[in-house]
Amino acid sequence: MSAALVSSPHGSRPNRVDRVMQEVLLALVPGVLAMIWFFGWGVLINIALAVTVAVAAEAAVMGLRRRPIGPAVGDYSAVVTAVLFAISVPPTLPWWMTLLGMLFAIVLVKQLYGGIGYNPFNPAMAAYVFLLVSYPVAMTTWLAPDMLAEHAVSFTESLRLIFAGALPSGVEWDAISAATPLDEMRGKLDQGMLIAEIRLSPLWGDFGGRGWEWVANGFLLGGVYLLWRRIITWHIPVSMLAALAVAAGAFWLLDPTTHPFPAFHLFSGAAILGAFFIATDPVSACTTKTGQLIFGASIGLLVFVIRTWGGYPDAVAFAVLLMNIAAPTIDHYTQPRVFGHTGNRANP
Amino acid sequence: MAAIQSLLRRDRLWTFHGGIHVPDEKALSNGRAVEMMPLPERLVIPLQQHIGATARPVVNVGERILKGQLLAQAEGYVSACIHASSSGTLVAIEPHPVPHPSGLSALCAVIETDGEDTWCELPEPMTQYAQLDPSEIRERIRWAGVVGLGGASFPTSVKLNPGPDQRIRTLIINGAECEPYITCDDLLMRERAGDILAGARIMHHLLGGPRILIGIEDNKPEAFEAMRFALAETDMRSHTEIRSIPTLYPSGGEKQLIRILTGEEVPTHAIPARIGIVCQNVGSAAAVAEAVLEGRPLISRVVAVTGRAIAEPRNLEVRIGTPVSDLIAHCGGYRERPRKLVCGGPMMGFEIAHPEIPVTKPANCVLALTEAEAPDPGPALACIRCGRCAEVCPAKLLPQQLYWHARAKDLDRVQDYNLFDCIECGCCAQVCPSHIPLVQYYRYAKNEVWAREEEKRKAELARTRHEAKQTRLERQERERKARLRRKKESLEASPGKSQTDQDAKKAAIEAAKQRAAAKKAAAAKAEETDDA
Repeated sequence: MSAALVSSPHGSRPNRVDRVMQEVLLALVPGVLAMIWFFGWGVLINIALAVTVAVAAEAAVMGLRRRPIGPAVGDYSAVVTAVLFAISVPPTLPWWMTLLGMLFAIVLVKQLYGGIGYNPFNPAMAAYVFLLVSYPVAMTTWLAPDMLAEHAVSFTESLRLIFAGALPSGVEWDAISAATPLDEMRGKLDQGMLIAEIRLSPLWGDFGGRGWEWVANGFLLGGVYLLWRRIITWHIPVSMLAALAVAAGAFWLLDPTTHPFPAFHLFSGAAILGAFFIATDPVSACTTKTGQLIFGASIGLLVFVIRTWGGYPDAVAFAVLLMNIAAPTIDHYTQPRVFGHTGNRANP
Repeated sequence: MAAIQSLLRRDRLWTFHGGIHVPDEKALSNGRAVEMMPLPERLVIPLQQHIGATARPVVNVGERILKGQLLAQAEGYVSACIHASSSGTLVAIEPHPVPHPSGLSALCAVIETDGEDTWCELPEPMTQYAQLDPSEIRERIRWAGVVGLGGASFPTSVKLNPGPDQRIRTLIINGAECEPYITCDDLLMRERAGDILAGARIMHHLLGGPRILIGIEDNKPEAFEAMRFALAETDMRSHTEIRSIPTLYPSGGEKQLIRILTGEEVPTHAIPARIGIVCQNVGSAAAVAEAVLEGRPLISRVVAVTGRAIAEPRNLEVRIGTPVSDLIAHCGGYRERPRKLVCGGPMMGFEIAHPEIPVTKPANCVLALTEAEAPDPGPALACIRCGRCAEVCPAKLLPQQLYWHARAKDLDRVQDYNLFDCIECGCCAQVCPSHIPLVQYYRYAKNEVWAREEEKRKAELARTRHEAKQTRLERQERERKARLRRKKESLEASPGKSQTDQDAKKAAIEAAKQRAAAKKAAAAKAEETDDA
């Protein structure tokens, strides 16, 4: 028997942070496999690199802070951050940018605020935005999906591309890269083209870009798995996707020639990934249920606004970071009525 | 149509927020009938086994004690009598380790039993209680020392006296037994359903005829059937309903069960009587029946001795004061070394420091958990704000915010977040992925708030005392000055008189001097004579 008397409850507690994070990683697998299928080995190389840097940085900072390194690394939170970051950036991103991004995410955004549980911003998204505003060209140069590329980039070619910046011999950037569906749509709309004309391009599939929509389906599958395993609740993903669909739907109804069908918004860019894996990051999201609905819906609206009128083609990272700022305030004003109390509780 | 509607309404069950499903583990110990625990050689009977004041001992050390004899008298309104659970000799009234979350000691009556188990003379049964004045019946229940046997141990007679202004519409008999492992109420309902209903009938009379609702979790079908069967034999059918409620921890919490059965919420900081409801445990109901119908005090109870570390888990009818270690030995001892020995259930019970502590009235379960059942949760990790705690909180609190503020020792903020609505059910800590001992933080914060209020009260008292002293000193100073002034004035008013006084004093001194000189002279003269 233990010497110290410990307060109840006494039984085993199956829920644990590392298991939660492992489930999240497992749920990412279908989407990541789809990405590797369509965009090549660069995705996997990025993930390996980001995970290595993130775990090393986490361990180093914990060591500097004279805190136990084992539990911090063993909770897999740095791994989740690294994977989310690595699948958000282009599969051709130079290695030092990934390094820089992960150091920014783990050291500045996470550990300087006190480590897991204390960071007000989503570390992966903060790092993504940091790189996007610093190196916009590298961060928006995407490979073409497998079926559209003139040259399939092999594993060694991907390694050379990432670590040496060298293109495969005899291949130009144009042969392997393509605009992302969101880029394509924005660019063509800005040129005054109509949706019907834009959709004639071979880039398009059923809802979004070819290849891209399958990646989104993969993440959707993972998201459903997280809901089923009760790792996340429906509140944030459903409210975010619903707000995005409603806003896009309203404008599409007003003018279908210059506004894409709502499903385009849902299955392009990071909407699905963001709804299930990024906006649901518990540390930086709202915790009350009403708050989560407001939080999710606001992200959905912001995504639509920034995509339609903003300066960047995709918006999930910006929208999530903006709402991270608002989360504590939303929580403060959406506290539930306590059992046995009448009316909403007074603001503390 | 209206009849169907009312039928639907009558059967309706409500839900409360949150709650958790945990493996109920009831099958470990509910397989066999309740067994009588043999008489131990020594009984250690604590003088406080209830909420309220410690009972005052009314017997002397060395005295021969009979079974059922009053050992200690309830002191004040909220208190309960303590009786001897067997016959023998009272060898001491001294502090002993008692079941207490902090492993404290308290005053106990120690009886060396004589093995004869001789009853003392008991009061007359009140079989015709319906003709008696309620206060007389309540006095009997108070004499019998009946307290809430579900765990809280609040004196039952107090709960059955809601006052003349408070009409009680519903009496709830709590047979939910929602905590995992515990099966004493289950077995009690299976074996003594008639006694429970008889007790409910007495309470029904005392409370002025409310409807009776009996709530039993649906993981106890045998108990449910036994109660239904027993009810069919009584005259209580018209105003009594037995309801099977879904198994969900903590359905057996008083406020939660009231919500499930009636849809009503007990207002914060209020007792259920405020909304016309009284809730009693099935064990308390049976004890009331024994006290009133047989004149027997509460001196034993059913205890579930269970957990996978116990060789033969079962339920025992145990005399109050029997050492816990005896119970374990009677159940075949340990199958394997327990990692934790707990009094009560795994969700709300407390760890036992000394296995020789006695069984008390609220002790419903002795739980010996193995390494596999209660593994070391490891060090607490940082809160990741996942909000699972808020999802399961039956009081709809925000456990995470309470934790932050309790950890920061911000006592005002924890109260803003309604710390005192927390029932310490442990759901939040059970689901926390960071294994933070949340309930411990809340208990700590509650104690800090109470300590601070006590401190405040003392400071207030000291301030009043200081002010009173200050006023008194000032008054005395004023009075002294006034006296001096009066004296001075009176002196100035009659100088002549004082002059004669002084002359008289001078004359007296002169006379004394002369007397002393004469004495001296006489002494000297005598000396001369001696020398000669």
